[in-house]
Amino acid sequence: MTRNLILGAVLSSLVLLLAALSFIWTPFDHAAMNIPAKLQTPNAQHWLGTDHFGRDLMSMIMVGARTSIAVALVAVGIGMGAGVPLGLAAAARKGSWLDELIMRGNDLVFAFPSLVIAILITAVLGAGAVNAIIAIGIFNIPVFARITRGAALSLWEREFILAARVAGKGAARISAEHILPNVMNLLIVQGTIQFSLGILAEAGLSYVGLGAQPPTPSWGRMLADAQTMVSFAPHLALVPGMAIILTVLGLNLLGDGLRDYLDPKLRVARA
Amino acid sequence: MLRYALKRLVSLFLSLAIASLVIFLVVEVAPGDPASFMLGVNAQPDTVAALRTELGLDQGKLARYLSWAAGMLSGDFGTSYTYRTPVAGMIADRLWVSLPLALYALTLSTLIAFPAGIYAAARRGKPGDMAVMGATQLGVAVPNFWFAMMLVLVFAINLRWFGAGGFPGWDTGLWAGLHALTLPAIALALPQAAILTRVMRSALLDILGEDFMRTARAKGLSRRQALWRHGVRNALIPVLTIIGLQFSFLLAGAIIIEQVFYLPGLGRLVFQAISSRDLIVVESVVMLLVFAVITVNFLVDLAYALVDPRLRSRT
Repeated sequence: MTRNLILGAVLSSLVLLLAALSFIWTPFDHAAMNIPAKLQTPNAQHWLGTDHFGRDLMSMIMVGARTSIAVALVAVGIGMGAGVPLGLAAAARKGSWLDELIMRGNDLVFAFPSLVIAILITAVLGAGAVNAIIAIGIFNIPVFARITRGAALSLWEREFILAARVAGKGAARISAEHILPNVMNLLIVQGTIQFSLGILAEAGLSYVGLGAQPPTPSWGRMLADAQTMVSFAPHLALVPGMAIILTVLGLNLLGDGLRDYLDPKLRVARA
Repeated sequence: MLRYALKRLVSLFLSLAIASLVIFLVVEVAPGDPASFMLGVNAQPDTVAALRTELGLDQGKLARYLSWAAGMLSGDFGTSYTYRTPVAGMIADRLWVSLPLALYALTLSTLIAFPAGIYAAARRGKPGDMAVMGATQLGVAVPNFWFAMMLVLVFAINLRWFGAGGFPGWDTGLWAGLHALTLPAIALALPQAAILTRVMRSALLDILGEDFMRTARAKGLSRRQALWRHGVRNALIPVLTIIGLQFSFLLAGAIIIEQVFYLPGLGRLVFQAISSRDLIVVESVVMLLVFAVITVNFLVDLAYALVDPRLRSRT
């Protein structure tokens, strides 16, 4: 176990726990306004302070974590759900028109500046969490397709695959039963990294007003709200910013740690 | 080499054609008719119809796509629905902010990443390396628009070294313009510098394990000489690709950073156009960004092939 893995796992599970806890308990109602208690800095009652409406920041961060996690998680799901089968199919038919089509399609999606297209999609379909998920998810597809294809290609040369073919299994069955389990480690690591990128992307989209809409709290919009008040209430920007940084940092460390942990070759090489 | 270049050129045009079609179709699905949006809710149906004819909105989708694409090729991006001025001119004005910003950020990112990456690779596993790697972990986790807000808080509001936003225009002088773009460029450069540092370090570490590095040491070069003469030069190949890719992130990232600093660049143009349903402006800006990205990647590929002959045969 590396330090990265432990630190990453602790940070990530802390965020997940807070998000889960928010379903049954938050220190205050995250939407309840309390003007007399506005703009308080962190104190015993409001652990992270309050915003310009007197809403409790700790509660907003906890509920906002749900939005970030949900958007990023479903976006990773879209990427894996579409990208992994595409990558498996491309590898199984290496060099065919299907492989060519999938890989050129991937190149094309890669060529688009993802943020610009995400803005375009949310602008066209309307701002909202669901459209943010679609926008982020589309760009996860080529990432997973490429990584699956790359790993699967070398597996197809291995003898145990030859044995499976001799046993009469078709390409689809071999992909599902032999290739997929062997690329799973890689996918988990990449999934963690895409998850953290999704959190950043969601924050960016909601910051410019194209992500989750009020009253759904989101970290990006908390930052947008804080912008005009940063000069006299810096904690309004510091708190959601730290939430994003710690979550992304945790997930990245977890991804790095998992990669080292799941790949024994790397463990030796890095020592 | 010529065959390789031609092949890449064909695929460049193909990508551009498909990209333009995708962008056009995505924008086509947008709900809301620009003509009725411009005239307001009380407009007479025949006025709306007349405006639709004037804007060319009554033509078929294919005809409109072709005239848009053909116009772009000749530098005519059409006329803005809301401002009634040529889109090309509007974009050109904004480009004078966004492009220098992206290039400024790219320069900063490279200036930070090269020394940091080389330093870390040369001290692999030592405290200096650990510190650099820790800093890069943090760098990729920080959302650049949040970092931008913190820069404003510290350097504009508290220290008053820079303005909190806005852009005076280049006619007030190069220095004033650069000064106004400094905080945005730093905010934009930070995450990219972190990524580039990691790429530089790992590329160098790969090279340091090569046989020719041992040969270089064996013929009497010091560690430092071998690192600079043979290591850094060879590590530049993967690093250049990433720099090419980063250009697209910087142009796109500028869109959000411009919002933080109220800079009159492409980002603000896009957001204004989106909210006023000025679809032709949205289409054109997005197409321009995609064009820039695809072309830069094409040039990087070509540069690659020039540097490394092995890549020419392996397409």
